[in-house]
Amino acid sequence: MITIDWNNFTPWNALAGGLLIGIASALFILFNGRIAGITGIIAGLIKPRLHDIGWRLAFIAGLILSPFIWQYYSTLPEITINTSDTLMALSGLVVGFSTRLGSGCTSGHGVCGISRLSPRSIIATIAFMVTGFVTVYVARHLIGA
Amino acid sequence: MKKPFNHFIILLFALISGLIFGIGLILSGMANPAKVLAFLDLAGAWDPSLALVMAGAIAVGLVAFAIAKRRTRSFLGLNMQLPTARMIDKRLVIGSLVFGIGWGIAGICPAPAIVLVGAGSNKAIIFTAFMLLGIFIFEILENRKKS
Repeated sequence: MITIDWNNFTPWNALAGGLLIGIASALFILFNGRIAGITGIIAGLIKPRLHDIGWRLAFIAGLILSPFIWQYYSTLPEITINTSDTLMALSGLVVGFSTRLGSGCTSGHGVCGISRLSPRSIIATIAFMVTGFVTVYVARHLIGA
Repeated sequence: MKKPFNHFIILLFALISGLIFGIGLILSGMANPAKVLAFLDLAGAWDPSLALVMAGAIAVGLVAFAIAKRRTRSFLGLNMQLPTARMIDKRLVIGSLVFGIGWGIAGICPAPAIVLVGAGSNKAIIFTAFMLLGIFIFEILENRKKS
């Protein structure tokens, strides 16, 4: 049975934040003609073509600067990371490699791909959601880490 | 031919898109790894909030991409770069399955990782450095295969 944690359920912030993510992806495709897929944007910097670098760096700069803009008006919400440094490194390595192999991550497949009604992205999103759920189940309830 | 003014506008829109994307991640809770893990923990005290993040993002995205699909050029006159791949192949499925494992370990996916670096999290810097390494290794292996 599923027990919902009502105390930490933040539906309005989640929905409003989701709308902003949608608006950002909408602006990016309609004005820049590009998919807001983060790993794809980063990967394009590795074999850069000159006219192709600017918009990638500008988008990434926007992501990096967003907490600064937030802090200008308010304090950042709570950020809790309980994962060890070793597991952070492992997780980062796995995420970097696998999102390139699968041609996308939560943003490229999960938001933009599903919005395009792309069968590839729908399959990809189901796949990473399922293993995401399974991984947390194994880590928290089987191994008990 | 592109004028320099146009090029500035292109960069400005990319910057603004990144900023709004990042603020959306912070507001929604996606930039808090503990909250992401609480969403992925179906058997524990489940926090369903992040399902609404996707719902909100896709609601807007559906309209935007319906418009984008009808156009060959963006509002700034750039080529519409929509993915053309249709094949559901092994790479897509295996890559995505493995990504879910990596995501489930720390509760961090690539965009929030970058935002968390901006927020000054040392652990996110470790994650992002190794994520870049992972991307780099993939690109090297791919290029070797092609040549």
